[in-house]
Amino acid sequence: MADVPRDDGTRFAHRLWVARESGIVVALALLLLVTVLHNPAFASPQSLRDLLLGAAILVVLAVGQTVVVVSRNIDLSVGAVLGLSAFATGTLLSSAPGTPTALVALVGLGLGALCGVVNGVLVAAARVPALVITLGTLHVFRGVDHRWAGGRQVNAADMPRDFLRLGTSTVLGVPVLAIVAVVVVVVVGYCLRSYRGGRELYAIGSEPAAARLAGIPVGRRVFTAFVVCGALAGLAGVLYAARFGTVDATAGTGIELQVVAAAVVGGVAIFGGSGSVYGAALGALLLTTIGSSLAVLRIDPFWQQAVVGALILAAIGIDRLLALRAADRLRGRSSHGA
Amino acid sequence: MAPETEGPGTEGPGTTDPRTEGPGTGRRDVLRSVVARWDVLLLVVLAAVSVAAGVLVDGFASGRNSQFLLLDVVAVALIALPLTLVVITGEIDLSVAGTLGLCSAVMGHLWVAGLPLEVVVVLTVLLGAVLGAVNAVFVTGFGLPSLAVTIGTLAAYRGLAFVVLGDQAVADFPAGWTGAASSTVAGGVVPWAVVVTLLLAVVFGVVLHATPFGRSLYAMGDNAEAATFAGLRVARAKSWLFVVSGAVSGLAGVYWTLRFASARADNAAGLELAVVAAVLLGGVSIFGGRGTLLGVLAGVLLLGVVRNALQLADVAADTLDVVTGGLLIASVVVPNAVGLGRARWRRRRRRTA
Repeated sequence: MADVPRDDGTRFAHRLWVARESGIVVALALLLLVTVLHNPAFASPQSLRDLLLGAAILVVLAVGQTVVVVSRNIDLSVGAVLGLSAFATGTLLSSAPGTPTALVALVGLGLGALCGVVNGVLVAAARVPALVITLGTLHVFRGVDHRWAGGRQVNAADMPRDFLRLGTSTVLGVPVLAIVAVVVVVVVGYCLRSYRGGRELYAIGSEPAAARLAGIPVGRRVFTAFVVCGALAGLAGVLYAARFGTVDATAGTGIELQVVAAAVVGGVAIFGGSGSVYGAALGALLLTTIGSSLAVLRIDPFWQQAVVGALILAAIGIDRLLALRAADRLRGRSSHGA
Repeated sequence: MAPETEGPGTEGPGTTDPRTEGPGTGRRDVLRSVVARWDVLLLVVLAAVSVAAGVLVDGFASGRNSQFLLLDVVAVALIALPLTLVVITGEIDLSVAGTLGLCSAVMGHLWVAGLPLEVVVVLTVLLGAVLGAVNAVFVTGFGLPSLAVTIGTLAAYRGLAFVVLGDQAVADFPAGWTGAASSTVAGGVVPWAVVVTLLLAVVFGVVLHATPFGRSLYAMGDNAEAATFAGLRVARAKSWLFVVSGAVSGLAGVYWTLRFASARADNAAGLELAVVAAVLLGGVSIFGGRGTLLGVLAGVLLLGVVRNALQLADVAADTLDVVTGGLLIASVVVPNAVGLGRARWRRRRRRTA
């Protein structure tokens, strides 16, 4: 580590960034390696496709969550938004089977964005902590979903074949849902890293008071972050409907903590200011892979959640360690270290 | 999350909203304290809603119903007690429902293994304390954010519960014990469990509001750094709170298991959100430093009464969700709006004067 240029802040930050994501990549690679050694069939194209398919929805949700979390907020309502949008998608398609898929996706996206607007207005305008607000809207959105759906469910048989094929079809061997997820990751990742509004979210997350003094429109940026997160949760709802075909009011129940977990494992600091959507996406991929690996390794599937919990603790622990070392180095004490 | 620098809490004592004002500001007539104190206001609302439900909803006022209502809120009320103290210090414990689930699963496992139930209960509560201690080590020992840590341990504990018990249920607890969980005292209306909860509430209330330790918790929540400089042992206090939170969650696990005569790994899944909602509705600031135990108990009961009354009135379960969420949002938005409005009004008056 002696070659770290101390005067070059951006290169140093880049190294740290690389360190964070590479940790997850290593963990993911190790997990895949062990699993494949145990059962070579795990590396078959079909099983890798299943893996990507399973991760796609969580990835899209985790990307949206990251946008909110870097601004030192949180959105617990994403699971309910997914449920609402999935049911809307199913209802729309079963009542008007001819609707073009793009329009369906837009409706889901728009509905999610609308939920995001509700969250954003409450958080940004009323100056109320996001944790409390989205805990409230989680119940409200889910209640609306239940009320709308009642006990009904939309079955795969009611949905047009074309739309359902979206959930299983592939392009050059890659599932369409995974491609959608990758596009989301790249687009949002680019905007967050390279656009002014995106950079400002990091500034807000690091120190809201300073960001305000620097003239950043904090309220507007946070509002936008919630709308983006809601829209992506809405898109995730459309993907959910396409993948599972059968949708009732309970779709996505409890997924919010999994989404936050994916972001946290991916190195997104829960108190804002750091992390990337790439990390969050990798975190989501890792969480999904654990599930399938445990099954292949013939480990009791009941261990899955316990492993996920341990992973979250390890991730935030390592993140803390890296931050401490970075602070140490910035203070110019690196000569005492390795 | 998302601390806002211009939040009403930082605008000085004269302009704060009702729910953020602490207890014991003194020299107030009753009427003013009703309007200005969130916990008292909440009690008034609770009384009004209860009376209205008693008049409007058939069967709400019956002894049997109030008994069920009280039994239903016991688990949330129990866990909310230590959680109130935790949140007042500016931390949070989301792992409570995971702790409850793991304790319930272990309780079933130990009972099947043939230990006497007295021993099982003691061990279960101790296990809860140990699980709380794990949180304490991560939060105060390693200095990690409690929100992230307890999301992690929530998953870990729930997962371990499934590892211990799988998807099976242990149901063959002795009838004497399961009956005790819902048995009543004093004329057959007040359940024993409620008496125990109230006793614990008094203990927590005295500790929080009448001891130097309790008052120091507010200081830690306001500004942990300043509290440290003032000589308060912040890490030690927070560690104890996490341990107690775990132990009480374990106790709630025992209660839950006996009440439903079923030890299951998925017992009380998702209860963490309900407890947090009750605590925040009760007027405890998520940033720490503000809130009273009376307010939290009123919040727990208010949510319980509203749900129960709506259920009796045949309002569909889905509406309950909307009402719960709406109450929670209103409880933070309305006082803030009132506080901001009042501050603006004062500023304008000052300008024209």
